[in-house]
Amino acid sequence: MDSSTVPVNRVPLTLTAKDFKSDQEVRWCPGCGDYSILAAMQRFMPELGIPRERIVFISGIGCSSRFPYYMNTYGMHSIHGRAPAIATGLSVSRPDLSVWVVTGDGDALSIGGNHLIHALRRNVNLKILLFNNRIYGLTKGQYSPTSELGKITKSTPAGSADAPFNPLSLALGAEATFVARTIDSDTRHLQSVLRRAAEHKGSAFVEIYQNCNIFNDGAFELLKDPSTRDDHLIRLEQGQPVTFGPDGGFSVVHPEGSFGLKVQPGGPAIVHDATVDDPAYAFALTRLSGSDLSTTPIGVFRDVARPTYDDLIRKQLTDAQATATGTPDEMLADLLNTADTWTIRP
Amino acid sequence: MKKQLNRVVIRFAGDSGDGMQLTGDRFTSETAQWGNDISTLPNFPAEIRAPAGTLPGVSSFQVHFADHDILTPGDAPDVLVAMNPAALKANVADLPPGADIIVNTDEFTRRNLAKVGYVGSPLEDGSLDAYAVHPVALTSMTVGALADSGMPKKDAERAKNMFALGLLSWMYSRPFESTLRFLERKFAKRPELVAANKAAFRAGWSFGETTEDFAVRYEVKPARMRPGTYRNITGNQALALGLVAAAVRAKLPLFLGAYPITPASDVLHELSKHKRFGVTTMQAEDEIAAVGAALGAAYGGALGVTTTSGPGVALKSETISLAIALELPLVVVDVQRAGPSTGMPTKTEQADLNMALSGRHGEAPLAVIAPRSPSDCFHAAIEAARIALTHRTPVILLSDNYVANGSEPWLLPSVDELPDLSVSFATEPNGENGRFLPYLRDPETMARPWAIPGTPGLEHRIGGLEKADKTGDISYDPANHELMVRTRAARIEAIEVPDVAVEDPDDDASVLVLGWGSTYGPIGAACRALRQRGLPVAQAHLRQLAPLPANLGVVLTAYPKVVVPEMNLGQLAHLIRGRYLVDAIPVNQINGLPFTAATLEDRLEDVVKNG
Repeated sequence: MDSSTVPVNRVPLTLTAKDFKSDQEVRWCPGCGDYSILAAMQRFMPELGIPRERIVFISGIGCSSRFPYYMNTYGMHSIHGRAPAIATGLSVSRPDLSVWVVTGDGDALSIGGNHLIHALRRNVNLKILLFNNRIYGLTKGQYSPTSELGKITKSTPAGSADAPFNPLSLALGAEATFVARTIDSDTRHLQSVLRRAAEHKGSAFVEIYQNCNIFNDGAFELLKDPSTRDDHLIRLEQGQPVTFGPDGGFSVVHPEGSFGLKVQPGGPAIVHDATVDDPAYAFALTRLSGSDLSTTPIGVFRDVARPTYDDLIRKQLTDAQATATGTPDEMLADLLNTADTWTIRP
Repeated sequence: MKKQLNRVVIRFAGDSGDGMQLTGDRFTSETAQWGNDISTLPNFPAEIRAPAGTLPGVSSFQVHFADHDILTPGDAPDVLVAMNPAALKANVADLPPGADIIVNTDEFTRRNLAKVGYVGSPLEDGSLDAYAVHPVALTSMTVGALADSGMPKKDAERAKNMFALGLLSWMYSRPFESTLRFLERKFAKRPELVAANKAAFRAGWSFGETTEDFAVRYEVKPARMRPGTYRNITGNQALALGLVAAAVRAKLPLFLGAYPITPASDVLHELSKHKRFGVTTMQAEDEIAAVGAALGAAYGGALGVTTTSGPGVALKSETISLAIALELPLVVVDVQRAGPSTGMPTKTEQADLNMALSGRHGEAPLAVIAPRSPSDCFHAAIEAARIALTHRTPVILLSDNYVANGSEPWLLPSVDELPDLSVSFATEPNGENGRFLPYLRDPETMARPWAIPGTPGLEHRIGGLEKADKTGDISYDPANHELMVRTRAARIEAIEVPDVAVEDPDDDASVLVLGWGSTYGPIGAACRALRQRGLPVAQAHLRQLAPLPANLGVVLTAYPKVVVPEMNLGQLAHLIRGRYLVDAIPVNQINGLPFTAATLEDRLEDVVKNG
């Protein structure tokens, strides 16, 4: 097993999107946002320059978690919420692989919340893609931990009574080193975020707003409809002032004496820098968006360097192995003979 | 004067903070060096430090040593070392009349006596007349011995366990060099503590020599044991070493995912020391993540292991089922403790058998193996890994608190004699037109290919949804599901298991005693005792519980009566009845303690005589 880390854009492979399509029939509902994410991913993959056999997709349970079946790479469709844990074991023991986790809002934030926050805290070298459609699709339409308060669904006919998570705020609270958001239908933006995620060493957490046209259709329409999106979508660009609106008339500003950021017409916009070490900045950006989506930043919120769990664990191993002498069998014999021994003569 | 004894059982008892486990451990090591056969049993509370001097805070360590082969830590102590009134009160009921009691009189203050409900001092009210009581001012003599050390009195008092060890080492003529070496190692950075503990030990030894209270010194001759090199080992240590050995012999990296849980944590502690063997230990965020990470590592080509106790297995069960569907190797260690729920975390039980065999959703068969003694944990771990790797299946290794924390001499195996567990990963397509069929099986082992990520040309997807035979595609086909369910059952049944051996020395027994796991010692001791009294009984002991040995049915029907002693309410007995239509007689004890040989002897005698 190769102990080097996964190269990005290194090997000039002549792979195309077609090479990443598996022979399995795609079984999402017609019109599902997952199709565009899959297509964008298959078109993006050749860019990585990583041979297919060294790419692994691991998913949990839910509509999004069928994703690995459709990628002609290695893949595991595991159990509900546990993909980050399984992927952690694989990533730590196989540094030569590029490991991607595909999950949904129920899978990652409800049943698997614990594994998600700990993968981010450890900074395991995983690319975690959370398809957020704010609904349970595969179980046919119950509210999810990202559904807006008061959501009327089959399981909440009188409206849901629990406040939703803001997935990016949560990820930052869990010490994530890379946090981004994109939208299923904006292929170019989606691919640009995937590219940045792939280049990041450590956990990259990407929330993808994804439309469930059966149970929660139009959930993100405000951000997609050409007639409204420019009023609400805040595109974060590294080194650029954070402004938006049809003619850039709105600014994200840092009011003096305030802990957070706010939106106002005109004024001195902050200049975006995802590499700021203090997570308070990225956190303030995530707080601009709420359930109503009226001001929603997309792009890379945070991208900072921190040693990965994989590297730290492997260093302990290689340091210990550097002191080893003899064959493994000889070392084993020595190990068994450690401690106070005594000999009975024949 | 030295008196010869064949066997002795000593119990060191004191407050959790008195260092009784360490004292017992050192006495055991000295005894092992001397060449006696030994068996030990620690007994400690789940609380780390219960209030000092109270009954819940009593911690003890029992060691049984003999000039012959022994099977248990002994039923009743011949000697009790009681460091305080609580230790006396908690243990005195276990002593046979005539037993020696060494008490630390310094702790028998009015306040300490009141704490445990003694009205007067038992040392003075005649209630201990049946025993040989040796009052020793252990604490004050220790402090006296360290008077010149300049050590504060409170610190000096802490060495009193070494005084007790010195005294007992003198009484039983133990070689003590290893203890002095141990103290040097343990306190390498605190030379003043090395000196203090050594001084306390010597003071205890000298006290024995000079006092007239101990007129007799005892000697237990070395046992006749098989030639070879031995070390004393606990079950948890042996289990950890067995896993390292399995990884070395398989030439695979070992990946342990674990979440701390009593009484399994020591396996995690031990394995975390062996990184130079390529052992990765991950302390996961929870039990589910621990097994998940182990499974992820197994998918990547490592020997994946997770260690836990009953409550943890319950949490892991969904992932174990996934491993069954994925047909990947995985070793799940369950060091059983008394349940249900939190139960009694430091007490033993065998009540997870049903869970191990069938505690999963769907038809989810796997292999189950249970070590019979502390040292057997080493070999059972290797066997569990062998089955997992060869047959690409999860294997549950059912240890328990009794074997995990008990210790015995271990005849060190030669590494060359350990099985070669080399595996071969799939490297080439196995279907037509260069297609890879992840569920095309090896005709012999029925295992599917282990094609690890990174292998060009074998890219494939696996998952928890039902797989089509051979192709591994998602399948809802009724006939395919039936085939796959039956195949998963058949491939576990196909695992080769050694025949169960029957010990029936004179071939005249009409009662067969069938046990499994950690009851081997007490059952063996009880059977020996019955045979010596002219009551023939046969003993058979199961190590493999799934699949069961092929000859078990024949063995069971060869005896008119079959008795099944277990530390549960009859889980194996139920299985035997259901599977073999044998009217197995359950003998059950479920009090958190191992069977004593005497209890079993009585209950087996009753069956032999009365059915």
